[in-house]
Amino acid sequence: MKPLRNPGLWLALAFTAAVGAWPAITQSPSSREVTFTILMAVGLASSLNILLGYAGYVSFGHIVFFGLGGYVGIYLVGVLNLPFFVAMILAGLSSGLLAFLLGKALLRLRGAYFALATIGINEVARAFINNFEPFGGPIGITLNFQIYNNYGGAATALWMTYGTLVVVTLIVLFISYMVKSSKFGLALMAIRENENAAEVMGVVTPNAKTWAYVLSAVFPGMIGAIFFFKNGHIEPHDAFRLHMSIEWIVMVMLGGFGTVLGPLIGAAAYQRLRGLLLVSSLFKNIQLAVAGALLLLIILFVPAGVVGWLRHRFTKLRRVLI
Amino acid sequence: MRKESWKLLSLFALLALVAASCAQAPAESATFTIGFTASITGKYEVSSAAQVNAFTMWMDEINAAGGIELGDGSIITFDTVFYDDESNTERVQELYTRLATEDNADFLISPYSSGLTAAAAVIAEQYGKVMITTGAASDETYQAGYTHVFQTYTPSSRYLTGAIDHLGTIDPSVTKIAFVYENDKFSTGVVTAAKDYAESLGYEVVLFEGYDSETVDFAPFINKIEAAAPEAIMGGGHRVDGKAFALQLYEKGLPINYFAVLVAPPEPEFAELGDAALGVIGPSQWEPLAAFTPESAADAGLEWFGVLGADFTENYIAAFDAEPSYHAAGGYAAGLILEKAIRDADSIDPEALKTALEAMDILTFYGRIKFDTTPESHGLQIGHDMVYIQWQMVDGTLAKQVVWPLEGATAETIYPIYE
Amino acid sequence: MLDILLPSLADGLLLGFVYGLAAMGLTLIWGVMDVINLSHGPIIALGMYGIYLTFTNLGLNPYLAIILVAIAGLLLGVLIYGVAVHRVINAPHLSTLLATFSVNMILIGIGTAVFTTTPRNIDFSLGSVTMGPITLPGKRIAAALAALLVTGLLYLFLYRSRPGKHIRAVTDNRAAAELMGIRSSMILALSFGLGTMLAAISGGLIATFFPFTILSGGGYELKSFVIGVLGGLGNPLGALLGGLILGALEGIIPVFMKTTWVPVLEFILFVLILLIRPSGLLGKKS
Repeated sequence: MKPLRNPGLWLALAFTAAVGAWPAITQSPSSREVTFTILMAVGLASSLNILLGYAGYVSFGHIVFFGLGGYVGIYLVGVLNLPFFVAMILAGLSSGLLAFLLGKALLRLRGAYFALATIGINEVARAFINNFEPFGGPIGITLNFQIYNNYGGAATALWMTYGTLVVVTLIVLFISYMVKSSKFGLALMAIRENENAAEVMGVVTPNAKTWAYVLSAVFPGMIGAIFFFKNGHIEPHDAFRLHMSIEWIVMVMLGGFGTVLGPLIGAAAYQRLRGLLLVSSLFKNIQLAVAGALLLLIILFVPAGVVGWLRHRFTKLRRVLI
Repeated sequence: MRKESWKLLSLFALLALVAASCAQAPAESATFTIGFTASITGKYEVSSAAQVNAFTMWMDEINAAGGIELGDGSIITFDTVFYDDESNTERVQELYTRLATEDNADFLISPYSSGLTAAAAVIAEQYGKVMITTGAASDETYQAGYTHVFQTYTPSSRYLTGAIDHLGTIDPSVTKIAFVYENDKFSTGVVTAAKDYAESLGYEVVLFEGYDSETVDFAPFINKIEAAAPEAIMGGGHRVDGKAFALQLYEKGLPINYFAVLVAPPEPEFAELGDAALGVIGPSQWEPLAAFTPESAADAGLEWFGVLGADFTENYIAAFDAEPSYHAAGGYAAGLILEKAIRDADSIDPEALKTALEAMDILTFYGRIKFDTTPESHGLQIGHDMVYIQWQMVDGTLAKQVVWPLEGATAETIYPIYE
Repeated sequence: MLDILLPSLADGLLLGFVYGLAAMGLTLIWGVMDVINLSHGPIIALGMYGIYLTFTNLGLNPYLAIILVAIAGLLLGVLIYGVAVHRVINAPHLSTLLATFSVNMILIGIGTAVFTTTPRNIDFSLGSVTMGPITLPGKRIAAALAALLVTGLLYLFLYRSRPGKHIRAVTDNRAAAELMGIRSSMILALSFGLGTMLAAISGGLIATFFPFTILSGGGYELKSFVIGVLGGLGNPLGALLGGLILGALEGIIPVFMKTTWVPVLEFILFVLILLIRPSGLLGKKS
């Protein structure tokens, strides 16, 4: 069967597009914001999944690409007055470039050593930007409110960033699927299962890993630019918050590692759950502990995530549960 | 069954009637919603809680007094909606949009900290809602072109300038100052402005250096400071590092005359340092000892508004069993500012409130309130001034005393800090 | 220059012993069971509160209270192992990383609700010792000595006692150790407990001279990663050396450049060591 004829892909895309369109149909800014947070998580978790889920490399400090993209984006828009879309593309490319350079060096490491190294890289980036005056050092960069007037005022600009995010998220999902069903994806999964064996079988592992790393970095860079443009303000400790990238891993695990639908479901479920705990009167004082306990239960008892469990349980549905 | 449904129908009809009558006569007596986010978890938890407690206390008091009566006879009472922002920006805009649209908040109060406030300001401005900020000192937020955001705190650019004036008054012979500060948005803003001010007065800045936010080991700095031989040290950052700095400076026993640290000293837990707290000076937005009264307002030719400081302190202690910090006073003052604006505007229309806020110049228990109205830094607080406290030994226990400005001082400054 | 360099180096080295102790806990767990314990930070913070609470409420001498903290740390570790780690001990790395991370979230969540994030400190003094240009606070000297003592005891335990020898056997080869009749789950639980015990002790020692909150552990956890890698992950004695190197760097770097560059250089070094000598400075070349 040709990969593009899999109904699972089109269902996932149609579902995401429908969720994305809903706030625009109802013209509700509040549901737009809730959906923004969810789709941002979907885009980020799906990007990470290309490296984490397919190639099996645990990038703990993946937030570095989001933060760098945010800084490049806000700098180009706010300081150099470039149009937002150009800035967003350049932000994605700079994150990709960083991943390319880092990948050459870091991807020689395996397992926990690679995970630790990515934490180190994120800390270097945060501490460096804190000293880097062109990006405002510790003060960061605050966009002037007038900038939004170039895009038809703040209200329109917020809708525009939202629309952009929906499109980027759809592209990420599509690419994630295309990678998975391609020869490249097979090479990555061979690396995940046994890297030495993959090499013996003729996979050029350094190249495959590097391109997976680059691909998984470009979109977080673009999403970082979108988020911080909308946020109007960036500071080093907001941009490189290690905790956030651990949350992406949690989302991937929750939904099902190495699947296309997994990060989509996991991110949506995680963000929805956090959102509900935050506003629940019963749990809001200990919501962090409750979230931790739920996470622990999932890790211990449903390690394959929602999609993995479904695939295991309903074998007939495997073709659609991509 | 039939009977039940008739009952239900008539109930709906009644509700519809009530709703319709509300729509016709809009302002007989109405409750208005004030929205904000609070940091219930994360690093800003303590400061944010004080701010929210005091703000809620203001609201309860106003509601208990029967609300605010407008010129047309309608009565206004208040209610709050708030969510946890977890001390980080990720969800601030989502929550403020929810407040502005779904919860139909009529007024907004800022989160705690400048970073979160910057994100919330975009939303407040977009929906044309007035937002009174508190706990957000950085100047940049008010220089980003917003017109609906009004600041309660003295901006960070004036946090330490008073300490330099104080130093100049008690010992004109001092010439060398060292600035050692947390390398973050707020503290860097403070010391950069203070350094410019010190240099304009002819001081020599012998050391100007930041440290990373998590720092608690000040040994390398103290050795550097010793080599630079300043007479005064100013800086610090937040609560943990400020305490650590004071403790280690004391333990190393450098020959320093004057030591002023940001944020940490006014907090009650600073007294846990024991002897190391003695003599340390800290800028504060407000102190229980600061005595602004209707008389001092008359002397200054300003209008007095709201409660007396002593009453605020007493009520706060009665309600929360803790001495109010300046974060608490800021939260209460934000409520007072909103109340005064509604009374002056005689309306709850955001544009009318904005005009009232722009014209405001009053004295409260918290100090003077006046906003910048220039387009470059609209909403910046220009009326309020810092007070400077020093930890001193009073009857055998450590206590805070106000030492600057002199007209509000409750004790002589201990000088030099270490003999 | 020398008049700054010497005291800074001495200050940094003393602190290095305590950092090394914290890292030793992390690296012990890694060595025995290949688990990176992401709940290391909050446990350090709990050790700090242990000393704080016994000192301010019971007036107990902090160095005596350390014994109580150590016992509590050991038990907490065994509990965490049983609840969160044992079930996933043979699963891929990601599972144990996330399991210990969820423990981190639970501890921080409960800790914030119980203790709030008000910074605490212990008002306690041992004076200071002056030697030429160097003035050293007594508390740091005492903490360094305590760290050395604990390291010594740990070595006696690992090399002289039967459970210690079992731990080393499981470290070398778990399957073989089981064939020899060692009950590996007990040994794994004990090792995890020892790791958290070391974290709690180091937290307690740090609390005698630095203020802290429930969130303070995070910074020491990151330092423990760096130290663990410097000394070689899985090598407890290496951790002490790594701690001394990190302490010395933190003392020396600020003499030559702005202090805010310290973390940049530290983490660059960390990544470089991982790339060039993943077995640590003491380990064999890769």
